This record gives sequence, structure tokens and C-alpha cells, in this order.
Amino acid sequence: MKVVHTSEIVKNIREMCIEANHYLSPDMKETFENAMKEEKSPLGKMILEQLDSNLEIAKTDMIPICQDTGMAVVFAEVGQEVRIEGGWIEDAINEGVRQGYTEGFLRKSVVRCPIERENTKDNTPAVIHYKLVPGENIKLTLAPKGFGSENMSRVFMLKPADGVEGIKNAILTAVKDAGPNACPPMVVGVGIGGTFEKCALMAKEALTRPVNERSSVLYIRKMEEELLQEINNSGIGPGGLGGTVTAFAVNIETYPTHIAGLPVAVNICCHVNRHVVREI
Amino acid sequence: MEKNISLPLKEEDIENLKAGDYVYLSGVMYTARDAAHKRMEETIKKGEPLPFPIEGSTLYYMGPSPAREGRVIGSAGPTTSSRMDKYTPGLLDMGMKGMIGKGKRSAAVSEALVRNHGVYFAAVGGAGALLSKAIKTSEVIAYDDLGTEAIRRMEVENFPVIVVIDKNGNNLYETAIEEYRNYKG
Repeated sequence: MKVVHTSEIVKNIREMCIEANHYLSPDMKETFENAMKEEKSPLGKMILEQLDSNLEIAKTDMIPICQDTGMAVVFAEVGQEVRIEGGWIEDAINEGVRQGYTEGFLRKSVVRCPIERENTKDNTPAVIHYKLVPGENIKLTLAPKGFGSENMSRVFMLKPADGVEGIKNAILTAVKDAGPNACPPMVVGVGIGGTFEKCALMAKEALTRPVNERSSVLYIRKMEEELLQEINNSGIGPGGLGGTVTAFAVNIETYPTHIAGLPVAVNICCHVNRHVVREI
Repeated sequence: MEKNISLPLKEEDIENLKAGDYVYLSGVMYTARDAAHKRMEETIKKGEPLPFPIEGSTLYYMGPSPAREGRVIGSAGPTTSSRMDKYTPGLLDMGMKGMIGKGKRSAAVSEALVRNHGVYFAAVGGAGALLSKAIKTSEVIAYDDLGTEAIRRMEVENFPVIVVIDKNGNNLYETAIEEYRNYKG
């Protein structure tokens, strides 16, 4: 049995908040550079160049890539052989977020109550998803989610008869409705199957998959590739101002579902798709 | 077409701006987003004066990240404009001339832009670090308690924007997408 002290979780989450908001992850960097070569619209190219200089300024001057430094979404995969000491893991994660957002000059965008809307002033609480897994490690994924793109995300409860065409239409509808609002080129996370909440969670998880990694299931991989092509034929382009690169990737996750259902969730992320993964 | 324009916007500038123009703005703009708009609406309803001269003004839909020591401002890119659509026609009718944000606007906003000769600009969404470099001064002038959502008076130099909706109601988001739909080269 491995012992992990909560102070280690606090320290890592703190650093991950700052890292995710200032540095593009390596997978996104490679994809971004390819897109700059592929874009056909002169204005689209110019916008990608602006976004590229923005990324450069962010890391050299330590100015967040985007002013919307997001609500902190954390996936915590906790090995069942791990014993956590020093308090509750949830308090540790929130303390890490508190320290990261206050000491890292990140924007505090969280309101305590969705009705009364009073700012919590330290960006807590985080949205935390736990998974108990085999082994003795803790894998933390931090994905600060901005709401320009989050607001354009959708859940569709389709019927089995809608089939693949129905799924594709749902995804394309969400992407087209999002258009310029989601700061394209976007990454499209999709969850298919499960239940109402399971498909939404899979769509969010799909965004944390390395952007250049396709599904290992052959027909899903084909669907990812066809959808990306269709999205890039939409003309939306960088910044929504017209062009041939509207999305960098479509990442689809699936799960068994009920005989009567075909839930589809689409979680859209901007061109930065902030995510940092660490193992403790 | 690239243009340099001083703020506040003048009638002749607006006359010449067309959807698709790439514009560098210099001068004074004010920031306001969701909560500030809600409060401005309450102020107007009470018959009290707004915290800045609305006539000829340009609003930037932006809530910055905190400034590091010695800096004017933190990251400072545009937020989604459509959340302000409900309040915009009223402000345009009161004399506001320009808005900077990102994303689509409602038909009512487009009509109010035509009716009042105003312009809707987009700044590049997600370029907050880059855009912050064009902001030379920033001062909270109202609603300090709203934090990042307070109203700021900012002086900018060569702040890069693109005309999305011009005074004739032409909309770049609609025309540019058509041009690249099923693009074959």
C-alpha cells in the first residue's frame, strides 16, 4: 500500500492550474502548427498567427493565454491500493485550485450560487470526477474550462432508429450553432451511449484525450475522421471568420447503453483545449 | 482592408467601415460584461446617469485576469457578445456607437446597429495575452464590487479588431462562412 499525503496533491494541483493556463500542451502544439500550414483563408491564417503569437506572449510574459481561466475540472483516478493521509482529498484539490488561482494571477470566475451569483473570490470549488482504479497511483487531470465554448455544448437524447446519421447530425448541429462563440478552431469531445449523465461525462473526458490520438475502435475512428472533414467543410474557420480549419479533432468515447436509447453529448472546447495530466 | 481609427468613433468613420475590414483602434473604450450590463439597465430604469458618457462610446465585452505587479492589466480578450444582446439595442438607442466582443448577435442588435449607425467589431477570441499589449491604461470607474466584471475605462493603442456587422447590417460571420463552405481551392 502506498501512502500519499494531501500536501502533495495541493502542490501538484496548484502548479497544474498555472501550467494549463500559460502553456499549450505538446499534443495541441503539434496540431496547431499543422493547422497554420493547412488553412486556406488569408484572414484565417492571420488569425492563427495572432493566436500563435498569443501563445508565445503567454509563456514568456506569464500572462494567461485567455482571460477566462476557466472553472477547474479535475479527473482524479485513485488507485485502490493508495492510502491518503493528511485529510480529505477533495479539500486538498480545492486548496490547490485556491492557491493556483490566487497566487498565479488567474481570473476568479466561479459564483457560489447559480441564482444569487456571488463570486467565491478564489475560483473554488472545482468540479471533481473521481474514479477508483486498480493500482497504487493517483492520476490527476486538470482541465480549466472556459464558458465561451462550454455554453455551446449539448446533450441529445436520440432514438436508436436515428442511428449513425442521427449522431452525425447532432454533432454537426452543435458545432455549427457554436460557430464563432467557441473560439474556433475547436476540439470536439463526444460521448455516445450510457445514460444522460454518462454521455456528458464521456464528452468531457474525450477532450482530455491527446488531440492527435484517434479511437482504437475502427468504426469510431472512421466516424471521427469523417466528422472532422465535414466540420472543416462548414466554412466556419479560425475565429468563425471563414476558413478551412474549424476543428482540430473530434474525439469520441462510447459506452454500452439501453435498448431504448442513444444518448449523444457534445462538449466543445476552444483552440487551446487546456489540460494537464500528472501521476503521483 | 486595413484601417487605423481613433476612438470615440465619428460618423464619417462609421460611414466608411465595412464588414470584413481589419481595424486598429486607438483611444478610449469602456469594458462591461454580464453583471455590469444588468446594473446599467437598473441605473437607466431608475433614471440615474450611467457611469460614463454613453454618447459615441465603444464598449469592450471583457473581464480581465488580474494584473501582475507593474502591469496595466492581465489577459484581456473578448467574451461572447450574445449574452449582452438583451441590453444592446437600448444602449445603441441612447447613443453608443461601437461594441467589441466575439460571436454572433441577435437580429434585434443588427437592426439597432442599422437604425443608429453603429458597428460591431470582433477581437480574436482566446488572444487575451496578445490583446493586453495594446491596452495602455486601465482604471475601474464603476461597480468595483463586481471584480473582473467592473466597468473599466481603458486607453488603447492599435487594438486589432475586425468589423463583423457594419452600419448597413452586412454580417461577416455569414458571408465569410459561405465563401469557405466546401472549399475546393
